[in-house]
Amino acid sequence: MALDQTLVGRSYPPSAVYEVGRAKIAEFATAVGAGDPVHRDVDAARAAGHPDVIAPPTFAIVVSLGAAMVVLEDPDVAIDYTRVVHGEQRFAHHRPIRAGDRLVATTTIDAARTVAGNDMLTARVDLATEDGEPVCSATSMLVARGGS
Amino acid sequence: MTVEVGTELPEQVFRVTRADLVRYAGASGDLNPIHWSDRTATSVGLPGVIAHGMLTMAVAGRAVTAWTGDPAALVEQHVRFGRPVVVPDDDQGAEITVRGKVGALLDDGRARVDLTVTSDGDKVLSLARAVVALA
Repeated sequence: MALDQTLVGRSYPPSAVYEVGRAKIAEFATAVGAGDPVHRDVDAARAAGHPDVIAPPTFAIVVSLGAAMVVLEDPDVAIDYTRVVHGEQRFAHHRPIRAGDRLVATTTIDAARTVAGNDMLTARVDLATEDGEPVCSATSMLVARGGS
Repeated sequence: MTVEVGTELPEQVFRVTRADLVRYAGASGDLNPIHWSDRTATSVGLPGVIAHGMLTMAVAGRAVTAWTGDPAALVEQHVRFGRPVVVPDDDQGAEITVRGKVGALLDDGRARVDLTVTSDGDKVLSLARAVVALA
């Protein structure tokens, strides 16, 4: 079944607050092999001009991909979740995510199309602080491969 | 650092083992078994356990931040996942090679870097670009 074009532009209510912790940043930095001290050492981060340790650039996915699931849970989005793969990913950082950030994610459907039986859905997750300061825009293109 | 269109980044080679996949699964919360179970991976038609696409993206980003020297200078990144990185169950794991060069100079002291990310000779990201703020 082709994706409904009227879904494009649909936005979902903001997520619960995600509080970014120093230990989580350090754990993620280790997992991606990011050795720069700005991810672990508050003094090094401050010396580089940051208020606290900063997350590696792809850390945003930890918050954004969970938030984007709201789209797949939408009963109007007729996508078979079990066939979904990650097709494309984009980040536009307004500033690095840092420890102490209280982030709220707002998800919007940017594109929906069906090509050769594959449903391709693009979800944009805007991460902002609780006070409304934009931090990162994370755009994920999810592909549900057409099956039997 | 003089940066112009065509400036090449130093080639970077990264190694990803099964242990790295388990560590990334835990840190990211992506527990999809295709990244740790051969049984699951082969049942969906993959040759074996594959790396998380987001781990490959992170590794590609590291080649850029190693070049700029500042993780905060990476202001945009865009990748399209092409082929999976198959990670064998041995001590060597898979090798990911990242090459890059400056594709364009943008406004506000920024530059676009075009990356070529390969594993075992195959391009694993069919598109990989970053925008960096030049110091």
